[in-house]
Amino acid sequence: MRRYSYGGPLFLPAFEIARNCPIPELLDKRLVIVTGKGGVGKTTVAVALGMRAAAEGKRTIVCEVSAQENASRMFDHTEVGFHEVEMEENLWSISIDPDESMREYVLLQLKVRAMRDMLFRSRIFNYLAAATPGLKELVTIGKIWELAQLDRKVKKGRKYDLVIVDAPATGHGVGFLQTPRTFASIARVGPIHSQAQTLDRFITDHEHTGVAIVALPEEMPVNESAALETDLRDEVGVAVDRVYLNGLYPERFSKPEAERLAGLAEGEEGAVRAAARAALSEQGRARSQRAQLARLRRRVEAPVKSLPFLFEPDLGPEAARQLSRKLS
Amino acid sequence: MPTLGDVLDGKEICICAGSGGVGKTTTSAAIATGMAAQGLKVCVLTIDPAKRLADSLGLKELGNEARRVDPKLFEKQGVEMKGELWAMMLDAKATFDELVARQAPDEEARDRVLENRIYQQISSALAGSQEYMAMEKLFELHTEGGFDLLVLDTPPTRNALDFLDAPKRLTQFIEGRSLRMFMKPTGLAAKVAGRGASVALGIFKRIVGFDLLADLAEFFNAFSGMVDGFQARAKRVNKLLADPGTCFLVVCGPQGEPVDEAVYFHRKLIEAKLPFGGVIVNKVHYPSEELAGEPADLPATLTEKLGDEDLAQRVAANFSDYQALAERDARNIERLATELRTRGVIRVPYLDEDVHDLAGLAEINRYLFATGEERVAMAAGRA
Repeated sequence: MRRYSYGGPLFLPAFEIARNCPIPELLDKRLVIVTGKGGVGKTTVAVALGMRAAAEGKRTIVCEVSAQENASRMFDHTEVGFHEVEMEENLWSISIDPDESMREYVLLQLKVRAMRDMLFRSRIFNYLAAATPGLKELVTIGKIWELAQLDRKVKKGRKYDLVIVDAPATGHGVGFLQTPRTFASIARVGPIHSQAQTLDRFITDHEHTGVAIVALPEEMPVNESAALETDLRDEVGVAVDRVYLNGLYPERFSKPEAERLAGLAEGEEGAVRAAARAALSEQGRARSQRAQLARLRRRVEAPVKSLPFLFEPDLGPEAARQLSRKLS
Repeated sequence: MPTLGDVLDGKEICICAGSGGVGKTTTSAAIATGMAAQGLKVCVLTIDPAKRLADSLGLKELGNEARRVDPKLFEKQGVEMKGELWAMMLDAKATFDELVARQAPDEEARDRVLENRIYQQISSALAGSQEYMAMEKLFELHTEGGFDLLVLDTPPTRNALDFLDAPKRLTQFIEGRSLRMFMKPTGLAAKVAGRGASVALGIFKRIVGFDLLADLAEFFNAFSGMVDGFQARAKRVNKLLADPGTCFLVVCGPQGEPVDEAVYFHRKLIEAKLPFGGVIVNKVHYPSEELAGEPADLPATLTEKLGDEDLAQRVAANFSDYQALAERDARNIERLATELRTRGVIRVPYLDEDVHDLAGLAEINRYLFATGEERVAMAAGRA
């Protein structure tokens, strides 16, 4: 039977997504999908979640799906590629390439390597594979599913407690997660039809699959995150467990202090003036960010957790580690 | 050093490209507003429906066609609008449908395509179709729209390059030549190509099911009459992109990763012989030496001025955090300028207010169209 998570579009009216329900234990799931608009820090949050889970003793793998190798940058590794690479104790990383996933998938179907290789040398096969809408996304999700199996399909596959996916940016994000369902409907019969259904059930199984949206404390990203939550619920059938508001400035100055600083910003010169102005900018930004945080809390159903802005020149592994301690 | 106004002088098309989250939509809208203010009839095509920005431009009820933005809105912001600003939000699926209607030999052929399940998936979901349709709309507006300048905000793909070869990829796909050959059981081509291909086809059938394959074949058959039209159009689109009247602006943020992507994108533009116009870096922390001169013993001076040591310490700490970010930005921009062999990096400062309305656009605009010296002076007056 088709399972719907709470907030699923068919069986429960939306108001039953209780705001007060206990926060589900995100890291106790088997799969966590980290999604959001481009440039909001999805990779950093995905890696931070991975570090946190690993620190708690869970064997965790962080998957990237669009060959960007952002995660390897986070770990100071040069390239990860389509291999499960150990980054730290209990923490692995993989960059899921759709072509490699396709090769692996076909091999699992055909069982015979030589036959697979013959197939991939055939122009018509490559053409068809490229022409079939959604096939690449489907095999990518298939690989994620495979990684999350305790009974791995790949020979000598390592068992993971948790798989974290750094999903493609919004717009493509919902489409990506919808692929299995779309595919199940265009391929009405055959092995791929039932496999697509399995993948759809996997993604929408709220007991084992969690979704986190990463947002920024600005007008448009807040709007887009709210829209994304709705789309994920209505179009994919998944409920969002967390919204991480990334890059929140500290509140360093109170309003009366800002008023005192305004005097310096006008009257003084040089470094004093520049420092006073920087403080005023900071205060203004911190305040408007809090207004956005409040808007976000009003507009989304899922619990919102904020993550601090890191005054780090470059967001490397240290930044992710700092964030991993702040995650809740 | 040329200003943005100089770069865009005489151009008919300006394409803003860059990875997601760098402020492309805002930049495109600000450029279009700036050029319209100078007296041109400008249309900005945006794909990412950034709601409040769209609202402020009066884009709320917009469909897949250009609409004029009410000039009164600019007066309120103190922007003198000598020309006309038009805007539209691209609907990839509607554009694809229009294109099919345009290319189909008759209504029956059109409906066969529009009703095909594979087509419905492709027109809304296939990677590259959004990019292709953006190019298509650009071409259509360029030939028929009567605008002086078109500004395109490219789709928010993770890979900013996708749209460069989208027309080629999509036409190759629609062409479906090799597949159509094999779907005709008596076709001579199938016999010539031999057994290997039919085995491959057989296995593919086994994996995805006969059904899907039949739908694909039906799709290519339905499309067969339009292939030439699509190809001819894609060629003209590509020619337009390479035209000297077109200008690509690379938009990025000051962090390491967006800068890497901008460098990569610039290289691809040059390789593809496409006209690169310049680079715009958004949300830059201007370095303190431009703003302040020599910083003295800051905490002590601040304590003296404020009479509050604790506050002075926090102000100084905040300033040093700001400077660290400014130094990072300066390093990254220096690297960008070196890699791109340009001195003309346009730096838009990280403004105190998040930009999402016309007032914000007007503010961005002052920076975009200023000379380098003017920008520094403005930033110094602000930060």
